[in-house]
Amino acid sequence: MAAEKPHADASHVATEAASGGMPQFEMSTWVGQFFWLIVTFGVMYFILSKFILPKIGQGLTDRGDRIADDLDEASRMQQQATQAQADYERALADAKAKAHNIAETTRKSVDEEISAEADASEDAFARKQADADARIHKIKTAALGKIDDVAADTVGEIIAKIAGVKSTTASVKAAITSVKG
Amino acid sequence: MANDPMQQFKIEKIFDLPTIAGHDISFTNSSLWMALTALGVMIFFALTAKGKLIPGRMQSLGEISHEFIANMLKDTTGPEAIKFFPYIFSIFFFILFANLLGMNPYAFTSTSHLAVSVALALFTIGLVVVAGIVKNGLRWFKIFAPAGLPLPVYFLIVPIEIISFLSRPVTLSVRLFANMTAGHVMLKIFAIFIAYLMSSGGWKIFAAIVPIVGTTAIVALEFLVAGLQAFVFAILTCVYLNDVYHVDH
Repeated sequence: MAAEKPHADASHVATEAASGGMPQFEMSTWVGQFFWLIVTFGVMYFILSKFILPKIGQGLTDRGDRIADDLDEASRMQQQATQAQADYERALADAKAKAHNIAETTRKSVDEEISAEADASEDAFARKQADADARIHKIKTAALGKIDDVAADTVGEIIAKIAGVKSTTASVKAAITSVKG
Repeated sequence: MANDPMQQFKIEKIFDLPTIAGHDISFTNSSLWMALTALGVMIFFALTAKGKLIPGRMQSLGEISHEFIANMLKDTTGPEAIKFFPYIFSIFFFILFANLLGMNPYAFTSTSHLAVSVALALFTIGLVVVAGIVKNGLRWFKIFAPAGLPLPVYFLIVPIEIISFLSRPVTLSVRLFANMTAGHVMLKIFAIFIAYLMSSGGWKIFAAIVPIVGTTAIVALEFLVAGLQAFVFAILTCVYLNDVYHVDH
């Protein structure tokens, strides 16, 4: 842009003037430019397409593959982790269920034992109570049987004191019986 | 002669080479800068091609460039066009490096020459035609006659399609050449104006600040244009390559 080069010679100026002053339209330079463009661009294209671009592309592909591999690996590991967690949770649930079962069975058996013992002691108690009742009844009956004798004795004593009549227990009893009807 | 803004585009011989079939193929400043462009691209990308799993800065640049061009080609033409990737990559970076090298003071901008942009456009159009015919045979010419139209319309459509196809290399080459030439001419004119004001003396020396600011702004614009024109050329090449794969519009 800032090139300040003197004109080579007057003939060039003349050609320029003839072609409107623009060096771009000096047709005599075109073939040379074509030639050198084809050479330079051709060499550049050859080197780029054969050596440089494949290498850059290979680097990109390798990285892409590597990232894809790593992602696969990561997802595989995540799957494993999920699997492991699922296994753990199932084991935990199993253990819980088992523990619950054991607790349940134990509770049931303990309950049964308790209720069996309770039943047994209730039975024993009931039996003892029945015995006691029976004894009380017997004693009561016996006591009630003797009360007549006691009453007869007492009546005999009272008669002896009041009327001075001697009486036996049997006679008083007989008299009471006859009075009672 | 320093006042001639076209001076910078002048092609000058550096050393003579024997002519080929009567054509002068001497090594010129244009050849030199094209060689430097090609060399620059090769060295730059050779430095980026390290193929390490964890890329450094240079390798990242190479990989970003690779993916940028590959995505452009895949999005514009389609994944089947990936075999043209080295060509798109070369054309983009050749034009980009040529444009950017041309931004250096005293440098020659090879892409500001119509011969170079015409040749690049012919590479692209030639590639489309050759690849299209190799892939589709003579069916490829159906791109000039889209299917499913009433017969009379073809008399109108076919010439339009042919003209539009033939205008592609013209627009492709003129766009690049004109953009680069116009930008450099504009810079040169501003620079000449600065030199004129500075050498005039008096208050005009201070007035030179205006074209200095202007030049600075245009330099920034020219860097944008340098990248943009390379991109436009590359993406249009991708668009034109569609004709290789999508014969039935």
